[in-house]
Amino acid sequence: MSLTDQEIKHLAKLARIHIEDTELSLLRDQLGKVFQLIDTLQAVDTTGIEPLSHSLALNQPLREDRVTEPNLRDVYQAVAPEVEKGLYIVPKVIE
Amino acid sequence: MDISSLSVKKIKQLIDSKNISTVELAGLYLDRIEQLNPQLNAFVTVDKDKTLSQAKQVDQLIAQGHSNALLGVPIAHKDIFCAKGWLTTCGSKMLANFVAPYDAHIIEEFNKSGAIILGKTNMDEFAMGSSNETSYFGLVKNPWDLTKVPGGSSGGSAAAVAARLAPLATATDTGGSIRQPAALCGISGLKPTYGYVSRYGMIAYASSLDQGGLMAPSAEDIAYGLNIMAGHDERDSTSVKREKEDFTAQLHHPIQGLRIGIPEEFFSEGLDSDVAQAVEQAIQELEKLGAVRVPLSLPNTSLSVPVYYVLAPAEASSNLSRFDGVRYGHRTQDYRDLIELYEKTRAEGFGAEVKRRILTGTYVLSRGYYDAYYLQAQRVRRLILQDYLRAFEQCDVILGPSTPTVAFGFNEKTSDPVSMYLSDIFTISVNLAGLPGLSIPVGFGKEHLPVGLQLIGPHFSEAKLLNAAHQYQLHTDWHQHLPAGIAGN
Amino acid sequence: MQWEVVIGLETHAQLATHSKIFSGASTAFGAEPNTQASAIDIALPGVLPVLNKQAVEYAIRFGLAVGAEINPRSIFARKNYFYPDLPKGYQISQYEEPVVKGGMIHFLVEGKAYQVRLTRAHLEEDAGKSLHEDIPGATGIDLNRAGTPLLEIVSEPDMRSATEAVAYAKALHQIVTWIGICDGNMQEGSFRCDANVSVRPLGSDTFGTRCEIKNLNSFRFLESAIQFEVERQIEVLESGGVIIQETRLYDPDRDETRSMRSKEDAMDYRYFPDPDLLPVVIEESWVNSVKDTMPPLPQVLKERFISDYGLTDYDANLITSDRGLADYFMAMTSNASASPKQCANWVAGELLASLNRQQLAIDKCPISPNKLTQLIVRIEDGTISGKIAKTLFDILWTEGGEVDQLIDSRGLKQVSDSGAIEKIVEELMSQHPDQVAEYRAGKDKVLGFFVGKAMKASGGKLNPAQLNDVLKKKLAG
Repeated sequence: MSLTDQEIKHLAKLARIHIEDTELSLLRDQLGKVFQLIDTLQAVDTTGIEPLSHSLALNQPLREDRVTEPNLRDVYQAVAPEVEKGLYIVPKVIE
Repeated sequence: MDISSLSVKKIKQLIDSKNISTVELAGLYLDRIEQLNPQLNAFVTVDKDKTLSQAKQVDQLIAQGHSNALLGVPIAHKDIFCAKGWLTTCGSKMLANFVAPYDAHIIEEFNKSGAIILGKTNMDEFAMGSSNETSYFGLVKNPWDLTKVPGGSSGGSAAAVAARLAPLATATDTGGSIRQPAALCGISGLKPTYGYVSRYGMIAYASSLDQGGLMAPSAEDIAYGLNIMAGHDERDSTSVKREKEDFTAQLHHPIQGLRIGIPEEFFSEGLDSDVAQAVEQAIQELEKLGAVRVPLSLPNTSLSVPVYYVLAPAEASSNLSRFDGVRYGHRTQDYRDLIELYEKTRAEGFGAEVKRRILTGTYVLSRGYYDAYYLQAQRVRRLILQDYLRAFEQCDVILGPSTPTVAFGFNEKTSDPVSMYLSDIFTISVNLAGLPGLSIPVGFGKEHLPVGLQLIGPHFSEAKLLNAAHQYQLHTDWHQHLPAGIAGN
Repeated sequence: MQWEVVIGLETHAQLATHSKIFSGASTAFGAEPNTQASAIDIALPGVLPVLNKQAVEYAIRFGLAVGAEINPRSIFARKNYFYPDLPKGYQISQYEEPVVKGGMIHFLVEGKAYQVRLTRAHLEEDAGKSLHEDIPGATGIDLNRAGTPLLEIVSEPDMRSATEAVAYAKALHQIVTWIGICDGNMQEGSFRCDANVSVRPLGSDTFGTRCEIKNLNSFRFLESAIQFEVERQIEVLESGGVIIQETRLYDPDRDETRSMRSKEDAMDYRYFPDPDLLPVVIEESWVNSVKDTMPPLPQVLKERFISDYGLTDYDANLITSDRGLADYFMAMTSNASASPKQCANWVAGELLASLNRQQLAIDKCPISPNKLTQLIVRIEDGTISGKIAKTLFDILWTEGGEVDQLIDSRGLKQVSDSGAIEKIVEELMSQHPDQVAEYRAGKDKVLGFFVGKAMKASGGKLNPAQLNDVLKKKLAG
């Protein structure tokens, strides 16, 4: 299968990646090849086969409810693009 | 001193016997990096002061009589591992300015063992690539032929070890990213069982497949490193609880009677004859050592690539959502609103291959397609695991080529992503099944480029794989060959 | 046309753990911004989640309290969307396999019993906070709340009025606070509801198109928002319009709901199992051990109080309205030294009134259950009068101290010595000859006048029954 430009733009919007119109034809071509590859799975009969998420059948370990993390705000915010009054700053969000 | 022939074992002896200090040895490696890295571009970050100050501290520990496992052994870390105070880029513009504020579990463990960080190695962006051509920090050259790719995504670690810029290097493998570059660069590379090495602090690509591992000239070197790297970490929910193992203890066992499974699918079309020939010779060599050949079949091998290119992009599309320009990393210069901040930051920060995989992953998870792609891929993933489990009822290890071809040229496969993806055809199924896989050099193919043999074992059979490889390496010297022009100082 | 209202609620109860659901950062409310946001909470590259056992145990407790099925194998999934207060770009939540399935909430509205079925309850992490007022022209992100454990409790669309919805929410609030899994503080957002509201012609068996009103953090807002939304939908339908399925926000200042445009573009959350987390397996033995530590539920206690102690329905309801209050009452009755009925009167009366007056929670009550019991014992054995007891209660409340000591040191002991009482009565009679004459002329009410005077003269300490007897005898002449 191949994707339309509209579909590619929709995916890019979901993924929050800006795509220039000039990039579309190459993307369409390359994604088309990828989808051709993964579409081969459709022909496989998997009736009765359970999906496999992890190769080892293990259960989730559980942590004791203890506060172990100190306040490292200054360390973490040293690598932040913009902070003020201890807050991460983004453009005004209107609800 | 010629450091190009130093093994981890030899380095330990030199340090223990005080024939060389940690600072001196680290200095020799730093000099060699300074001399050779400009042509290879194997390292993204080298910081002499940091390295030497760590070496000084280790020398003090030695003076105080400490004897940790890897005291004074230099190591290079793939730039996917967060190392406190070190630039940690993951090969991406997105993290080009990211100084990690914490240590990955394995960085902590190597630091505790007394190993000295030589620097951070180049890699495909976010580990997505098989040629190291997707790195924001430029191509890595294959030390055997500077016009060829080193493989990927751990191309920097592979080239560094091949050129002996480091005696040991960490790497990661999601679909072959350790074994494929190890094969193309003529070194040994191990991807452990999924869950054996903590993923804490290893920047995620595809969480259910990612696994940290090691590269070094020999299997024995890797055994020393794995003693430090493998082990339970409660910060990683998928980390397996097991007794600590000494991987060097079994290296010397004879391999008489070892049943080696040879899957017909690994020797079918697409495999170059030069690679097939070198691999066949290696199998015969192992037979001479007492191994027994068992022909078998892994019928779903060809499906591993499409399964991988559904599951890995799906997980990646979600794992990479955190790179949004808000808390760390790249942020675009001009934006009018939040959406534009996101969309431009991510458009600028990610390279083409990363974007392609994010879009692919977004697609296969989206409403109406999830069952057909994601769940179907997970079902076929189970079929692939079942193939292996059945095979291991008949044999102890499975052997085959690590890659279908020797190292290819730059730009040879960049225009067609699928042709690039197929260079991992023999390695990907091992990740899907969560098995350990080891690639070792077994000779040369066309243009005198290295060929890798892959050994695959049941879950947690690392010691067995390293044992078989070590026995082979005791009787051959392919792992000691050095690329022309970079041997010696 | 007659319309029927259909309401289902999704309630987020913040679980009362010390640390977050996937990290060791504190969940305490009110800290400086981002000081309780760990590497995991701010989603640094490479970090991984590890599940808090207590959060799972709280979910089990809830499931047991509402008679639900505890899922032996539940799965965490990722809900993908971009928002600045969602650092990973996805929320970890349970999707196809929640930890709790089914269950039922029972409650009364004006004496009539109602039941609402629960669909499920699942664990998830809270997002951070977007602050729009603190920084001029920008939005500030505080991730202290990011990763706080939530139990999202989803009801079936079983409610037919705003009143029922509020009664359901109150019953749910009582349960989660009662079993100690949520502090129930609605101002701090520990308990908040999303209401799914639709209307349909009465008698119709298909649902109308629903709207979801988000983040209602008080019972009053829940009621007003549903009422407004029902009226809005009926108005739209009756004027020939159609309802668009959408998310709406309630504005308490204007008392109206309005469409949330920012959430308008059809969301595709791309749920898939979180590969960083494994299936959560809950063995039956764990469920059983939680069962053993469960406090008796309010309904059970209420019935026990009525049958064992003869409490009125009203008092039993009042005392079981709050776990702390019930615990207080049970502590009083445990040593059986005072009559449970008296204890109930005091808890439902003086104690509750004083708590309410000072807006204190029961765990901050200055008088211990033991002390209040002693006080009642002293009434019952005649040491103090009921009236003096109230005075003593006030002293204990404001100043503290020991019951018997205070009775001694403040001279609160009831006077039961008939000689002393007679003396006071005789004195009063000589001071008020007119009133004595009136009484003897048949005006019985004058007795009250003398009771009041006598009590006043004695500081309220006379034994009332004895005083009555003496007065009647003396006045009769």
